[in-house]
Amino acid sequence: MSILTVKNLTKQFGGLVANSNIDMEVQKGSITAVIGPNGAGKTTFFNMVTGVYQPTSGEILLNNESIVGLKPHQVTKKGIARTFQNIRLFGAITVLENVMVGMHNHLHGGLFSTILNLPRVRKEEKEARREAYRLLEYVGLESFYNEEASSLPYGAQRKLEIARALATKPKVLLLDEPAAGMNPKETSELTKLIYNMREELDLTIVLIEHDMKLVMEISEHIVVLDHGEKIAEGTPDDIRNNEKVIEAYLGKGAATTAS
Amino acid sequence: MKNLLYAIQQNKRLQAIIVGLYIVVTFFSLYLAQKSVVAFLLLLSSLLLLYFTTFSNRVKWLIGGVVMVVLLPLAASQGEAYQSYMEVATLVGIYIAMALGLNIVVGMAGLLDLGFVAFFALGAYTYGIFATGQANNFMPFGHYPLSGESFWVFIFIGCFVAALFGILLGVPVLRVKGDYLAIVTLGFGEIIRIIFNNLDKPVNITNGAMGLASVQPPRLFGIDFMYPNQFYYIVLVILVTVIFAVRRLEFSKIGRAWKAVRENEIAAQAMGIHLVKTKLMAFAVGASFSGMMGVVFAAKQTFVDPTSFTLLESITILVMVILGGMGSVPGVILGAALVTILNLQVLTELTNWLNQLSLNGVINVPDALSPAKMQRFIFGVILILFALYRPQGLLPAKNPVFDEKDLKDADKLINAGVQKEATQHVHLDS
Repeated sequence: MSILTVKNLTKQFGGLVANSNIDMEVQKGSITAVIGPNGAGKTTFFNMVTGVYQPTSGEILLNNESIVGLKPHQVTKKGIARTFQNIRLFGAITVLENVMVGMHNHLHGGLFSTILNLPRVRKEEKEARREAYRLLEYVGLESFYNEEASSLPYGAQRKLEIARALATKPKVLLLDEPAAGMNPKETSELTKLIYNMREELDLTIVLIEHDMKLVMEISEHIVVLDHGEKIAEGTPDDIRNNEKVIEAYLGKGAATTAS
Repeated sequence: MKNLLYAIQQNKRLQAIIVGLYIVVTFFSLYLAQKSVVAFLLLLSSLLLLYFTTFSNRVKWLIGGVVMVVLLPLAASQGEAYQSYMEVATLVGIYIAMALGLNIVVGMAGLLDLGFVAFFALGAYTYGIFATGQANNFMPFGHYPLSGESFWVFIFIGCFVAALFGILLGVPVLRVKGDYLAIVTLGFGEIIRIIFNNLDKPVNITNGAMGLASVQPPRLFGIDFMYPNQFYYIVLVILVTVIFAVRRLEFSKIGRAWKAVRENEIAAQAMGIHLVKTKLMAFAVGASFSGMMGVVFAAKQTFVDPTSFTLLESITILVMVILGGMGSVPGVILGAALVTILNLQVLTELTNWLNQLSLNGVINVPDALSPAKMQRFIFGVILILFALYRPQGLLPAKNPVFDEKDLKDADKLINAGVQKEATQHVHLDS
């Protein structure tokens, strides 16, 4: 069953076509990778799905319900969470608080009940702290919980972005280059984490990644973009042997020698 | 020195003795030397000393309460300077509340607002118009001025009106960011002042540049509040409420949303935070504190005119926030107190002293160089020095530190599933 469906999605920035007529189906519970050379339009695609950009034309359906035209926070409410390619943590607040920000829509304390410090609000806060801590344990960052987010090492910041996205209780999780800048050990930990999240948290994962080892290892379905167009899709094996893909990455000559 | 400080930090009894001794000594020095501004300031700074102790919050509030409610007024009340001391303390309170309001907008939500005094003006005029005969000019019903009893209601009305205008200002203004936002809010501040300055024609609502004179004093149980020592208590009550409100908001869902928006708007939205709503709430809450204090200010001065609400006032409040530490509640309180006292006490005292000296013929200081006239110069120097050497302010903002025990216990309550999975995950890793 497809949880996220994209039909004819096009985005133009003036004369530049960043995405053109992209069709895609993401199966519920799957790990799907979106790959392509730099500037292929992968992040633009993510930005349209999460409401940061509005598509020029086309449709995006989450559980058969259109999410085109929704603001980013509304998309999050519908159950799509994301991480960012260039890390966007809330640097000056603590790691634990970063995760608690992710719980924003699941907390109900209003202005006046907060000022009056009602027992209901206090209880909710306490539970939110515990759950945030649990999420940190889940990604392996619990020892940093009182640190400022900006003081974390790079790999840990990427993981914190994932923990923060999980706190929104998503159905679909979009990871934008989660392994960028990680060393091999961190990447293999991350691979395990992504795999576990899908298995244990009933998530559908879509990821953009340049690390082909990671992509080939965990994704069931791969979509390849080049110059804003979808040039191929299929299983890792299909993609590995696809001429168009090899051409896009390595140039025309490479494709002919390979075959 | 460091060892000594550490030893003091470890020993609560020692701290209690030091704080107690300090309060007693400064109390009696003010009690006996009524004219000594220094003694007054030292007694006030016992609160700062108290802040640095390691007592529990409840104890700190209790001691602070005793100092503010009983000791300070009692010590100051023995001489002629009583009312002027209380006047200073009252104004300090008013400015602290405003700085705390601006701190929400600038420090927490990261929206630079250069027209903040407009909300103070709105509060002041709200009470000023209805507590003088002015309202007779345009209100078709009712009899004005309203009695002093209405003051208590007007505190809430002022709060509400300012919050409303905060939202009205916010709706168009929040489309712009950063420097542009600063310029637009600066414009708003000036517009409000100029409107109040000119709203005497065609219908006389604000009495223009003449201002509103003889505003009704507040009245409670038949007692009129006329003197600074009475307003001192009104301000104290409002201020404590404001501090509690800010503290609670800061570490709540709302406060976290403010900080998230300040740190990264795009990520904040991706976390499900409604950007406009969050910013508007910051504007409204910040403005409401100012509005409340505006009402008190109008009643205290018994006179409201547009010259009290110039751009310099907005800048002064901003200096308090930056000096104290953006986003830091204790810092902003300290910053506001320092700037207000510098303005009202230190500079005027210094001027008086220099005048005295030149009268006696010791030295001759030209009038243009009198410290009271150098207010802007001094603010400028403070701002530059702080930007260069201590950008985080006097008492930088602190993040809440949680105890691991509170986070780990009672796993059963929520989402026990994830906990189980987390342990499995650890197994897989190892």
